[in-house]
Amino acid sequence: MTKQEISMTVNGMEKEVFVRNADTLLHILRAQLGLTGAKPGCNNGDCGSCTILMDGKPLNACHMLAVEASNKHITTIEGLTDTTIQDKFIQKWALQCGYCTPGFVLNCYALIENEPNANDVEVDEWLDSNICRCTGYQEIKESVKELLRARRAYG
Amino acid sequence: MNQKNFTYVGKDIQRVDIEDKAYGRVKYTDDVMEPGVLIAALHTSTHAHAKIKNINLEKAAQVSGVHAIITGEDFPYPVGPMLADRPPIAYEKVRYFGEPIAVVVADKEHLAKYAASLIEVQYEPLPILQSPREAAKKDASLIHEHLGKYTTMVEGVHAIPKTNIANLTKIRKGNMEKGWEESDITIEANFSFGPADHVALETRVVRAEILHDGRVMIYSSTQGPFYVQKMLSEFFNIDAGKISVQTPLVGGAFGGKGCVQLEFTAFLASRAVGGRMVRLVNTREEDLVTSPVHLGLEATVKLGATRAGKLTAAQYEYYFNTGAYSDMGAGMSKAGAVDCTGPFKIENVHTDSHCVYTNQPYATSFRGFGHPELTFVMERAMDQLAKKLKIDPLELRLMNAIKPGDTTPTQVHLNASNLGDVSACLRKLKQLINWTGEERTITRDGKIKTKGISSFWKTSSTPPNATAGTILTFNTDGSVNLNCAAVEIGQGTKTVLTQILAEKLQLDMKKIHITVEVNTQYDPHQWKTVASSTTYLAGRAVMAAAEDAIFQLKQVGAVALKCLPADLEVGNGLVYMKDSPEFYVKIKDLATAYKYPNGNSVGGLILGAGSHVVRHLTPLDPETGFGKPGPQWTVGAQAVEIEYDPKDYTYKLLKAATVLDAGQVINPKAAIGQMRSGMYLGLSWASREQFMFDQDGVVLNPQLRSYDTIRASEAPDYLVDFVETPLVDGPYGARGIGEYGVIGMAGALSNSLSIASQVSLHELPLTPEYIWQTVNGGGK
Amino acid sequence: MIHFDFEYVKPSSAEEALQLFEQFTANGKKVMYYGGGTEFISRARMNEIMTDVVIDLKAIPACNVLEENTEELVIGATKTLTDLVETNFFPLLSSVIRLIATRTERNKITIGGNLMSNLPYKEGILPFLLADSKLAIATKKGIKKEKITTVFEEDKIRLKEEEFIVQILTDKKVVNQAFFNEKKTKQSKVNYPILTLAALQMEENIKVAFSGLYEFPFHSKEIDKQVNDHKTSFDKRVEKVIKLLPASIIDDMHASSKYRQFVLKSSLVKMLENMEAVSS
Repeated sequence: MTKQEISMTVNGMEKEVFVRNADTLLHILRAQLGLTGAKPGCNNGDCGSCTILMDGKPLNACHMLAVEASNKHITTIEGLTDTTIQDKFIQKWALQCGYCTPGFVLNCYALIENEPNANDVEVDEWLDSNICRCTGYQEIKESVKELLRARRAYG
Repeated sequence: MNQKNFTYVGKDIQRVDIEDKAYGRVKYTDDVMEPGVLIAALHTSTHAHAKIKNINLEKAAQVSGVHAIITGEDFPYPVGPMLADRPPIAYEKVRYFGEPIAVVVADKEHLAKYAASLIEVQYEPLPILQSPREAAKKDASLIHEHLGKYTTMVEGVHAIPKTNIANLTKIRKGNMEKGWEESDITIEANFSFGPADHVALETRVVRAEILHDGRVMIYSSTQGPFYVQKMLSEFFNIDAGKISVQTPLVGGAFGGKGCVQLEFTAFLASRAVGGRMVRLVNTREEDLVTSPVHLGLEATVKLGATRAGKLTAAQYEYYFNTGAYSDMGAGMSKAGAVDCTGPFKIENVHTDSHCVYTNQPYATSFRGFGHPELTFVMERAMDQLAKKLKIDPLELRLMNAIKPGDTTPTQVHLNASNLGDVSACLRKLKQLINWTGEERTITRDGKIKTKGISSFWKTSSTPPNATAGTILTFNTDGSVNLNCAAVEIGQGTKTVLTQILAEKLQLDMKKIHITVEVNTQYDPHQWKTVASSTTYLAGRAVMAAAEDAIFQLKQVGAVALKCLPADLEVGNGLVYMKDSPEFYVKIKDLATAYKYPNGNSVGGLILGAGSHVVRHLTPLDPETGFGKPGPQWTVGAQAVEIEYDPKDYTYKLLKAATVLDAGQVINPKAAIGQMRSGMYLGLSWASREQFMFDQDGVVLNPQLRSYDTIRASEAPDYLVDFVETPLVDGPYGARGIGEYGVIGMAGALSNSLSIASQVSLHELPLTPEYIWQTVNGGGK
Repeated sequence: MIHFDFEYVKPSSAEEALQLFEQFTANGKKVMYYGGGTEFISRARMNEIMTDVVIDLKAIPACNVLEENTEELVIGATKTLTDLVETNFFPLLSSVIRLIATRTERNKITIGGNLMSNLPYKEGILPFLLADSKLAIATKKGIKKEKITTVFEEDKIRLKEEEFIVQILTDKKVVNQAFFNEKKTKQSKVNYPILTLAALQMEENIKVAFSGLYEFPFHSKEIDKQVNDHKTSFDKRVEKVIKLLPASIIDDMHASSKYRQFVLKSSLVKMLENMEAVSS
């Protein structure tokens, strides 16, 4: 049996999809669930534009099989209802073509939620998971650092 | 900044597309998925140069779900934007590793890819050329046996048959003998770098279908929707009006999406399946290697100057590596010649710029169009000259900065409008980075901090008839629809154009609805969104359309207000009397005809239309290069500060700075973003991006894990400032600015590292191993 | 996109995994074990490998253990690299694997996957080679414990087709010893290594191991001996180490052989400067 039906919770809603075992989670999110926010920048785990959260952890959706997401909780950019990061990116002009943005937003969200005390080295480490070819990273770095400071100051 | 009182121009108005992008709501080309669309997959060449002896499609054709497989036999005619030298699918031979050999069209992606993997090709290897200098030699083996028979699509391409030279551009200005005689000091240096890539994060993608009445529908992530229309029309003999190209927001381009490749392939694939919609999307590997790249260069520069530091003569020999096909390489080798001297006054110039074929992936436009390449070479040479003359590098540049009244290498007369202020940029840069000379500061832990500078200039090589148009329609609420075919690739053009209209109409940005997607059926014709020309061309078109609309508004308004059109002004959604603004009529009451109180209507719809075309551009004389290649020269100065570790030859990028003469900055925040963007791209290219080839021309690093780019932790801080010398015929004085951040980075970085390492660095990328090699006196 | 199809099973015990392996193999199927899967997906989509069956090991409880008992640090083979860095039971290990790939990738890459990687680097192996760790291997005859140095032959960990690593066991006494590691690349931090050097203080002596010099991770007792020759200067020791290298250092697109040698020398000196300062 090389295909199967699996069930996963995506953005808070239970979804049933019929997948090839060989399909990546990215392919299923985009082609079957219409969640095209995660992007196929390389399909090889190198660029981070397909970043999603699984049980709160950032993962490259192109680098995991859809069947591995069975019974897990997936959050995509479409389901990120806490829009603090998006709003900060808007305020700081932290995007140009926008293609890397969903991946960055989700990775930054996970960083701030999981490691509010991250120092500069750790911030760099997280951000190095995502490639941006337009901005040069300055506005993205500033956005994340400002939000971390705010999180530490105000909780 | 200019003292004018603008309401919208010159202000940090938020990007019109920022929310959709931040929230991930944008549908890029491949985010639109329709059931029933067939998928195309490529089988590409594993050889860099070989005859195709046989293609066995048997096993592939048996895969269930396969509708068609096409090869070069199905369309054995070469295409190309300048020289039509490239078969869309390899025909009879392959000329680069990764060249498409067959296209499978199937129901599903995995079936198409499976079938493509079952195609068997028999090759007969041919000699491989990887150096443009070697390939340019008289007795080099030929990559294009039919060079000379190819159709020339544009003027200014001088191919040399029976060689590997696709284009030769000559500059002969002044008197070289006199120039060398006047030189007290000369320097001569060689430079080289191989091809690199654009690496836009969205890979190229096209959907194509042919309707029953023959209309061709193309959906493409392209910088040039009308250009795609033109190319398909020319090469497949279809009326342009029957080709519709649609482009939504584009996920990065950097010049790599300015030409036509996948569209040809997807069209052929659709034709092979009776016109059904076919989707062709590049994998990252295909986007890097199969699709066109950023060209390489091998060059020799010789400069002469008086002891006082005045440049007297310059000689340039360029061998641009355009790869297997010339595409826009032929344009970039020309552009490199046109601006070869950099923004310096040099009266005696001799340049031979060759566009040379090699058996490497073929090149198309890359941000800066030949200028990052020529600037690296020239600016490094300037620092070498400064050292020999014992003059401060910044002072040397100031001494020789080109000014109104001087001429360019192609002898265009420069004035205060068509040339930005180079000296002002250099002086401002000096302050911005606190330049106190060529110093090396040693830090407490033994690292060396240095700054390197570069100046730059560029004119846009637009075709002599490049145009843009704008149509304005009004809604019943008085808001305006702005329709223009500029493609939003991240540069913020949709925002800037909206600002220009807002300024002209004195209308709130929120009352302007700009069409974000481009559709050639509904939008006015526009040259591709390249060459930093869109603000100029489309901006002027927007203003012309606005003036047209204002004229109409005043005509009808005069009827409504019982006065003359000349008595009226337009602003804030109103048409009002200049001397008594309390007499007004709302635009919304004029937009779809004005109704008298008794019900009679007059006026009809307000429809604004305007366009702009570049003027007075001429081709270059084939022997001297004399001619006017572009409308204006944007200029600037840049610097890079690094911290270098002499123990292991590694370095950190600390700061990158740009001072640009923008004419008039329309949107400061967007402009700063553009400068940072360019600096990042230029530094990533200069410090680490390059394809690695083995001796068989196979690309060893066709993935982002091994094709190195700068990530967040290694990006510098960016400093940006502007000078504003208005371009008289630019919109509100604005010059094009999109590309420029890239141009001087390689020069500035190599200068900074050369000061730090105390050797002269002449190759890219500037890796620790290369620096180690040079310091320790080894060749390769 | 992976164009071939395969069956996917997720056993909940090592025995079940072995059973499944045997069953499928008996039916003539090609079977592969699956950890984080990142390497599998990368290679499969490029047509470098093909399989009929994938056995996902991540549901096996023994493979998910991460704890210290009285004697040993027990690391389950399917723990991700990020798990190991965050818990930081073995600082040298954390420090080395923190430099592999990107953080988001490390959220998926498993330590077992890295040890069995097809790529020449397998940097995760270095700390275990130095610490003389043991591997708990699932075999037909039950869980077998072997020293990593025994199963690591020549260039990789050699197991029978049906065997897989369940856990890595490391003597608690050594995990907190002084250490040094450095990863040098062609330019960017995120890239394959030209050289990864890892060193661990084991009793009086420093042990040092390398990835990137050859097509496999490398440790040699003779080199350790030279490194610990307190009577000679750092530079002289390093020269001797170079002479002891068993084969010529590789030349590839990341670096030339000569440059790698230079990098090796400077990293060794840096390591000695760091570690001798600690031990003396």
